[in-house]
Amino acid sequence: MTHAAISVRGLDHFFGEGEARKQALFDINLEIRRGSLTILMGPSGSGKTTLLTIMGCLRGAYAGSIRLLDQELFAADEITRTDMRRRLGFIFQAHNLHDSLTARQNVMMGLKVHGRGDPKRHANAADHLLGMLGLGERMDYLPGNLSGGQKQRVAIARALVSNPDIIFADEPTAALDKVSGMAAVSLFKELGRARVTTTVMVTHDSRILDLADHIITLEDGRIVEDRL
Amino acid sequence: MTSVLSSLLGRLPIGYLQLIHHPGRLMAALAGVTFANVLVFVQLGLAGSMAESVAIPYRLFKPDLLIMSPVESETLSDAATLPRQRLFQARVHPDVTGGTPVYMGRSTWISGHEASSSIQFFGLAPDAGSFVHNALVDPLISLSLSDTALVDTLTRFVDMRSFSEASPEAPVSFEMQNRQISAIGTVSIGGGFGGDGVFLVSDQTFFHLFPQRSSATPSHILLTLAPGADPGRVAAELMQLYPPDTVRIRAVTQAMEHEIRYQMTERPTGLIFAFGVAIGVVVGIVIAYQVLSADVADHIREYATFKAMGFRQVFFVGIILEEAIILAAIGFWPGLAFSHLFYEALAYLTNIPIFMTPARAVAVFFGTIMACTLSGLFAMRKLAAAQPADLF
Repeated sequence: MTHAAISVRGLDHFFGEGEARKQALFDINLEIRRGSLTILMGPSGSGKTTLLTIMGCLRGAYAGSIRLLDQELFAADEITRTDMRRRLGFIFQAHNLHDSLTARQNVMMGLKVHGRGDPKRHANAADHLLGMLGLGERMDYLPGNLSGGQKQRVAIARALVSNPDIIFADEPTAALDKVSGMAAVSLFKELGRARVTTTVMVTHDSRILDLADHIITLEDGRIVEDRL
Repeated sequence: MTSVLSSLLGRLPIGYLQLIHHPGRLMAALAGVTFANVLVFVQLGLAGSMAESVAIPYRLFKPDLLIMSPVESETLSDAATLPRQRLFQARVHPDVTGGTPVYMGRSTWISGHEASSSIQFFGLAPDAGSFVHNALVDPLISLSLSDTALVDTLTRFVDMRSFSEASPEAPVSFEMQNRQISAIGTVSIGGGFGGDGVFLVSDQTFFHLFPQRSSATPSHILLTLAPGADPGRVAAELMQLYPPDTVRIRAVTQAMEHEIRYQMTERPTGLIFAFGVAIGVVVGIVIAYQVLSADVADHIREYATFKAMGFRQVFFVGIILEEAIILAAIGFWPGLAFSHLFYEALAYLTNIPIFMTPARAVAVFFGTIMACTLSGLFAMRKLAAAQPADLF
């Protein structure tokens, strides 16, 4: 097992076909250490979200090598990528909670992806995490009855409940107030220390830069700064 | 309900929870499935009623073989006449133990209130008791009196209440074909789709009512066979006795099934009913598809999120089929109830033999499940739009 959770070499990516084809990423090379909190920064359109989705096995790449958890995923088939995604946690800027499931049930879906399991154990794990995120009184609420910040915390709990090896997050603190945002990022840091969970986060939130172990800045599809 | 479905499915019943999360849409979907069910039930009911009304006249008789003219021989009432000579020829066969001619004719009965009913007459020899249903044996003997009839209490467009107590001791008279006829008993057959009622008369009374008809040319010939004789074999051997293409010989049940099949598949009415069933099924599939595909579209981001989390296609298939089956299973029951009421109303208003059968209810239930499942399978194509990469 190497120290790198993610290793990207010579990655190129394009959007579109024919004359409309446009290169989004140019010769990306990076290495992200296990257990670290890495922040991807850059202006809109710089390619950070594209890079995040490729590293998260949500999108294929045109050229290069992408290794996650010591497994080469460039040109991997959909089954392999789906299997890998089960080891990852995703936090989207829009919470994307299921509107007909309660907060607890939404979080339990993060465990359900791994198989049937014991529903009571799943519910206990969900309750524990929701309690940690300050939602102990809202576990049976439907998303429609939660505030934006509360929904985002449920989405964070859903991503963390299965103890993923890597968390990919897109602006996870955008909907949170200062205290909740710091609490969430501190939780990612703590998971990195306690469980060697790696977090890769796209953010414009300057309040959390100080907590980052690794900051990568992109511009026009190229890495312009890679700072540990 | 959620916990029952959870135990059954081994996962959260997401399909069920999605459906009940939008009660208005759920009610509309169930109304749609119910409507489609009623459409199918009504068409099947009418088709079944037609088959039943075809079968009832055959059930008056209990011989082993029926000899018909080969001309228009698909139906009992439309077949051409045939020479009575065929009866005497059949009696030569050692396994034929008895035979009798049947005369059929149709006439219009105009009652006192300018209402008219189309009546199908069956003329039989009064001593032909061994060829008719047991309940008709004694009434048939009483038809020996000239110009008497067994009248159909289910005759349409005529108030038959005054005939309900008709008997040889207390006959009820009516005029038919300018003759005074006495009802001396009743049968309950009903007109079905081909007419408004069925009357039984003796052969002699039949010739009074239809003077243009001759005893030498019956409509059909009924034969009884020796115990243990194979009707198929005897029919084949009888065919050898007759000149080619002069008769058609079938067992009575075989002739009945043939006519039902003919009425259902080759006559416009049967085809219209079949088309109606198809329309009902299509309407059901379209309604269920609209509901399910709208539901998929509404949850496309959630499904994409589940895809991102690593859920496989089979998980989404399960959710959509769960919704389809729930819609079918719940929507079926009001459809069944409304259809039952509709049958009752139709039977009351028209006297046609239309009623719900367990076999039909079970068939439509599973048909509804299959139709909704098919809709679910179509709706799954929308899942392709759930791209997890687009979530970021």
